[in-house]
Amino acid sequence: MDMQGLSRDLLVMHKTPAQTQTFEAIVIGAGMAGMTLAHALASAGIEVVVVDRADPAGMLEAGHDGRTTAIAAGSASVLRGIGLWDSIGVHACPIETIRVSDGDSLMFLHFDHRETGDVPLGHIIENRLIRRALFSHAAKRPDLTVMAPARIAEIDRGETGVTVRLADGAELRARVIFACDGRGSATRQDAGIKTTEWRYNQSSFVCSIAHEHPHQNIAHERFLPGGPFALLPMTDLPSPVKGLRHQSSVVWSESNDLVPAIRDLDDAGFTKALGRCVGGFLGEIALASPRFVHPLGLSHALRYTDQRLALVGDAAHAIHPIAGQGLNMGIRDVAALAEVVVDARRLGRDIGDPDILSNYERWRRVDNMMLTVTTDGLTRLFSNDIAPIRAVRDLGLGVVNATPPARRFFMRHAMGVVGDLPRLVRGEAL
Amino acid sequence: MNTTDQNRPGNSRDPAELEKFQRMATEWWDPNGKFKPLHKFNPVRLEYIRDKVCEHFSKDTSSVRPLEGLRLLDVGCGGGLLCEPMARLGAKVTGVDALEQNIEIASLHAEEVGLEIDYRATTAEDLLAGGETFDIVLNMEVVEHVADPAAFLTDCGRLVAPGGLVFAATLNRTAKAFAMAIVGGEYIMRWLPRGTHDWRKFVKPSELVDGLSGGGIEMLELTGVVYNPLTGLWSQHSGDLDVNYMGVGRKAA
Repeated sequence: MDMQGLSRDLLVMHKTPAQTQTFEAIVIGAGMAGMTLAHALASAGIEVVVVDRADPAGMLEAGHDGRTTAIAAGSASVLRGIGLWDSIGVHACPIETIRVSDGDSLMFLHFDHRETGDVPLGHIIENRLIRRALFSHAAKRPDLTVMAPARIAEIDRGETGVTVRLADGAELRARVIFACDGRGSATRQDAGIKTTEWRYNQSSFVCSIAHEHPHQNIAHERFLPGGPFALLPMTDLPSPVKGLRHQSSVVWSESNDLVPAIRDLDDAGFTKALGRCVGGFLGEIALASPRFVHPLGLSHALRYTDQRLALVGDAAHAIHPIAGQGLNMGIRDVAALAEVVVDARRLGRDIGDPDILSNYERWRRVDNMMLTVTTDGLTRLFSNDIAPIRAVRDLGLGVVNATPPARRFFMRHAMGVVGDLPRLVRGEAL
Repeated sequence: MNTTDQNRPGNSRDPAELEKFQRMATEWWDPNGKFKPLHKFNPVRLEYIRDKVCEHFSKDTSSVRPLEGLRLLDVGCGGGLLCEPMARLGAKVTGVDALEQNIEIASLHAEEVGLEIDYRATTAEDLLAGGETFDIVLNMEVVEHVADPAAFLTDCGRLVAPGGLVFAATLNRTAKAFAMAIVGGEYIMRWLPRGTHDWRKFVKPSELVDGLSGGGIEMLELTGVVYNPLTGLWSQHSGDLDVNYMGVGRKAA
């Protein structure tokens, strides 16, 4: 009761006087894509405000919730380029080898980082640690303002500028809005931008596990009949669980017919079922985090831009987590958008100019489309147990594995270092 | 509008030219309107100005306000297509245009986008009479529209403070320019309304250099600007001054 009374008082205090603040860009959504974009722009001296309805304190204080991100080498370069990698990298576990196998057949692909140079293929890190770094560094950037929790009451995108009115009466003005508000982007819907969507008859269980034997920095991607199963190396647990110190992240996709039964298992039963997918090579295992289940689907916006608006990351495209490319696609959007915006601003141009926004869209759309289609194809190809298809795909894996150039091609894709790359992805200054 | 002032003869005002621009004035900021070619052309001249200014005044091109502390004059500013970027880059900008309607549109737009620019409906010769000087004077795509190009260029040169820079851009009076800018640009591609340019008023590089030198300017370089029909982009081309060209000069400190 007291708490409610207090928050009502605060609301009233906020209402008067309604103030107007001016920035160059408004980022909607303080998730990983939104905060990374805001950091990139502010690092170049562009005044930016990030607005999010969620309270960052809630996200930051929570313990490990099992959600992790595979940061590809290209994305690590981006984070390094805007000065964030040092604080993120210390918590990140490098992936030195990736093993892809088809069920329990003997055919498998083996990617080793020594084939593409001595850079790790990627890193696995807890989402909350990335968020913590993104928020704690925000305070050190004079050109970056975070307003959260803050509810948006109205967005007005005019020909010469944008105004965002907050529920507390405050008004934010800027040249442009970057929507980073995720898969269900309200900003995108508000702009009337439609998406193409697919739903799979699959869901993913996500959690982290403690295990007996070290993972040796190997990531495993296994195509089981119910869907892909990924086992990703993480840094050791700060305090052992059931005496087990080593840690891996699990993304276990399963057909929706089986999902309810698995979901309803108790922890012991779930761990046992999980153990059958993992196999015995990690020794004894135990759950090291809560477990989540996410339905799988793809969506791609028909346009990335509108008057003084650009969609970024999941707001533009959300993909199946099969190849761990979702956030990496978002980070590449960020790197490309930051580059066209910063280049334009260094010429004194209005950063909401339709020309600049369409340069971003042209740059990113093909790459995002390709990855979306590829992951979709992979999912369909590998999520079944029909013998002839299985024979063909095993042959395919064998051929790729036996052909070093083909293997390097796949590795470089997974690392996010192909195509016409933004400067930040190439490891250059913005 | 003060019509008597607009009709007063001088180096800048050409009544036929002013009438032509008055008809198009409302479209300055429409990226798909009559000034579309100028919008497309803008990035290449912005980059040229920024790079030369940063080089000359030892500023950092990767800064978002490298022109901080510099006084800049844009002569024949039109709707403010150059003034606004220059103000964003930190310059203290004065924009002048002989056409009062342009100044109204430019002022209104600057206010809408939140930029402070000192816009005045006046001419180079009148500014000169007031005794003001500037660190940077821009004279871009203007000289081919004025009454007395040589005298106008001299006035622009005189408006530059010691140690300052002047930028000029125009069209060359060559057969190729006639073919490309008038026949191609206005009649075939219809980028610009017919009659936007009068070929006889185009300016040869030697005339540009001579005119500015009358105002104490030593020309540092001239470069061509060429259009790539495949990419739709303009770019610098140092060897080709035949059609569009621009350049920078300095006044001794």
